[in-house]
Amino acid sequence: MDIFLLEAVINGLLLAGVLALLALGLNLIFGVIDVVWIAYADLVMCGMYAVYWLFAEYGWPLPLAFAAAIVGVAALGLLVHLLIIAPILTSAPINQLLATGGLLYFLQSFATLLFGTDFRNIGIRLPIIEIGGIYVSYARLLAFGVALMGAIALYLFLKRSYVGTAIRAIAQDREIVGLMGVDQRRIYLVTSAIGGALAGLGACLLALQYDVHPFIGNTFGPLIFMICVLGGLGNMIGGFIAAFIISQIIAIGGYYYSTELSYVLAFMLFIVLMFIRPQGIVSR
Amino acid sequence: MLSLADVSAGYGSFRALFDVSLSVAAGETVGVIGPNGAGKTTLMRVISGLVAAVAGAITLHGRSIKGVPAHRIVAHGIAHVPENRRLFPRLSVEDNLKIGAFIPAARQHFADQLASVYELFPKLSERRSQPAGTLSGGEQQMCAIGRALMSRPKLLLMDEPSAGLAPLVVQQVFELIRRIRGQGLTVLIVEQNVQQVLDVVDRAYVLEAGRIRLAGTASELRNNDFIRRSYMGL
Amino acid sequence: MKENSVVVLVGLAILIALPLVTSAYFLHLAIQILLWGFVYTAWSMMGRFGLVSLGHGAFMGIGAYVPALLWNYYDMTPWLGIPLGVVLSALLGLVIGYPCFRLKVVGHYFALVTLALSQVVLLSIVAARDITGGSLGMTPRSIGHSWYALQFPDKIYFYAIAVIVWLLGLIVWRAIDQGIGREALEAISDDEEAAAAVGIDVTREKLRVTVISAALTALGGALFGQYLMYLNPESVSGIGVSLQIVFAAIAGGMYAMLGPTVGGLLTIALTEGLRVWFGASFVGAANSIYGILLILFVVFMPRGILGWFEPARGLRKVAMLFLSSRPTPAKAGGAPGPGNH
Repeated sequence: MDIFLLEAVINGLLLAGVLALLALGLNLIFGVIDVVWIAYADLVMCGMYAVYWLFAEYGWPLPLAFAAAIVGVAALGLLVHLLIIAPILTSAPINQLLATGGLLYFLQSFATLLFGTDFRNIGIRLPIIEIGGIYVSYARLLAFGVALMGAIALYLFLKRSYVGTAIRAIAQDREIVGLMGVDQRRIYLVTSAIGGALAGLGACLLALQYDVHPFIGNTFGPLIFMICVLGGLGNMIGGFIAAFIISQIIAIGGYYYSTELSYVLAFMLFIVLMFIRPQGIVSR
Repeated sequence: MLSLADVSAGYGSFRALFDVSLSVAAGETVGVIGPNGAGKTTLMRVISGLVAAVAGAITLHGRSIKGVPAHRIVAHGIAHVPENRRLFPRLSVEDNLKIGAFIPAARQHFADQLASVYELFPKLSERRSQPAGTLSGGEQQMCAIGRALMSRPKLLLMDEPSAGLAPLVVQQVFELIRRIRGQGLTVLIVEQNVQQVLDVVDRAYVLEAGRIRLAGTASELRNNDFIRRSYMGL
Repeated sequence: MKENSVVVLVGLAILIALPLVTSAYFLHLAIQILLWGFVYTAWSMMGRFGLVSLGHGAFMGIGAYVPALLWNYYDMTPWLGIPLGVVLSALLGLVIGYPCFRLKVVGHYFALVTLALSQVVLLSIVAARDITGGSLGMTPRSIGHSWYALQFPDKIYFYAIAVIVWLLGLIVWRAIDQGIGREALEAISDDEEAAAAVGIDVTREKLRVTVISAALTALGGALFGQYLMYLNPESVSGIGVSLQIVFAAIAGGMYAMLGPTVGGLLTIALTEGLRVWFGASFVGAANSIYGILLILFVVFMPRGILGWFEPARGLRKVAMLFLSSRPTPAKAGGAPGPGNH
């Protein structure tokens, strides 16, 4: 195989790691609370700005900046649920979409107000390493590894812990969990916080590789939604798999054509797949 | 132990219970029988907190539990086995049981309680890793009961345990209930299968159209003409 | 009805008199309000029935770029170019709508598909940067005052065009509102399966309103391009525009005929007001406020500003003109019912 193609494939794989992590977060929230946070990617953007600001502007040590970003976005997730979602939980689903759409608008515009539209980079240059003739960005490799660990941690939490089991249960029967002593509202808050934390983690990993600007959410946001819907909204494993498929399309498409075109391809594939199998490519 | 006094409840503008009064003493097994739509399930839900009572008093050990939300009722020692089982279909049997032990008091004794539930229901032990949705009707009922028992309740509410089950399985379920009451648990059962339930309870109430029409010991009701004609087809 | 006619005539008179009494600046604002109002109205034709599209930027973008490109590269008059763009948009609406509606892609999924659509259009425009100028935008070749090229440096011409087109939008909105289609669409919005069971051709009704909405939105986009003489992918297509449309229609009240126009008033007033107040230094302030307002509207006033007037008895007569002829019964949350999961 052409070495450059292989390189594209591998880089695509690594990119998929972070996308998959973000898809997990979105799917968790949808699967449990039954809402789509249209503004999810913009929460990531907030996290990226947090990292930038704390590390590059205030000189915090990087690990601390990362930790603060994760906690910060987790708190943001909590707020989103408390202030925006909880009041309209019983409204038509479209209202939730619109409310989080308003949030998206607000976050992007407020970021523009605060930081301006220029691109900011945290200035970390991680080396490019070579493995058997293929050049891989260390940052990307690291991000992939961390994302994978995050996904595993989430898996273990959901599988083993009581709260995690309750989270899985609530998605299957909202009403009856109360009979086991599970406070629905609290579980929703925990879920929102976890979703936020995952976005924060994704932000840290993306900050290592990309510049941040207020509209960066628009670049991977629709991608994440596509991935989630493709895998079946709420289906975490499906989202994982879909992330890898989409990433490969983008990587390979970008190799043969241009980056934008590869995105166009990905989106068009999404639309087509929506028609073939609206419930997602991986069945429940 | 449990006492309802003139409880009324419903769903929005639809009233399902009117001035219902009943009581269950510790260690007793009490039944509530009545036709479809009588309000039996609503009665259970009012006690377990899923539905709010609009009037009347509900007390447990003399303390009011009216208005206590469902997720806090468990801590008071009341476990509710819902109508139609309502297991979490894609969770394993063991995960379903685990969720039953969610409250802190139950978590401490999880291992012991799990062992005793498996002893009571050996079939569940065999199928512990299977998704609960793949179990047969009877097994699901056992899992639902087991899940309720995991919280180590003092009072067990059972909503139509025989619903949708084959006659042979129904027998088994009621056998189980006998075993459970033998262990000292207080049980309140709501049932349509009058024959079976009157054989297993100490006392029973008859609920029709949201009101208590009749009450008495099991043998009294078994020999009651009205009951025999309307509910047992004799 | 007599009172209604009077109100209409007075309104029209004001519209006609406006350019005579205001400055070019306010005329500029008025044109934008009318054109955006037109686009928002077009969107609300779908939105009010539960077909919430997050992708109308796609139609607007196509409507804007097609005539501009044809003019710049082929000297094709916008009189031909614009209809072409409109038809193309309508076709796109058909092509996306048909499978969506046949396969019951509704609610969340429909919104996300339309989102993807607007991104496709945006990215395609950017990708074809050699032709379209990409993110830097493009300028239709200016030849001064010309009917042939539909270019008029003097704002009064575009004002007239804007008024006419805006009225057209209202007429179409009215036609949908009064027609049998409205009942059908409301039934569909409420419970699709029940509607189908009664014999309503769900797909056809949805398609019809989608195509109309797409076509009108495209027209709006085209006129914007001709008026501003500058196109930029981010300002006529993509997520930002799509959300702005949704916000304005909802804020103004998408169940009322003049609701979306009120939304246009709101958005323009907000942008201009903030620009005047803060100057150019607070880029993003206006949209930040939109965002918060959208959230607040959805939570507290899902039926929008004009929806507030529904119960007011005193304003009944005037309200009747502003509201649809038979107000839809308030559903939980006000926006279309749960049948569209």
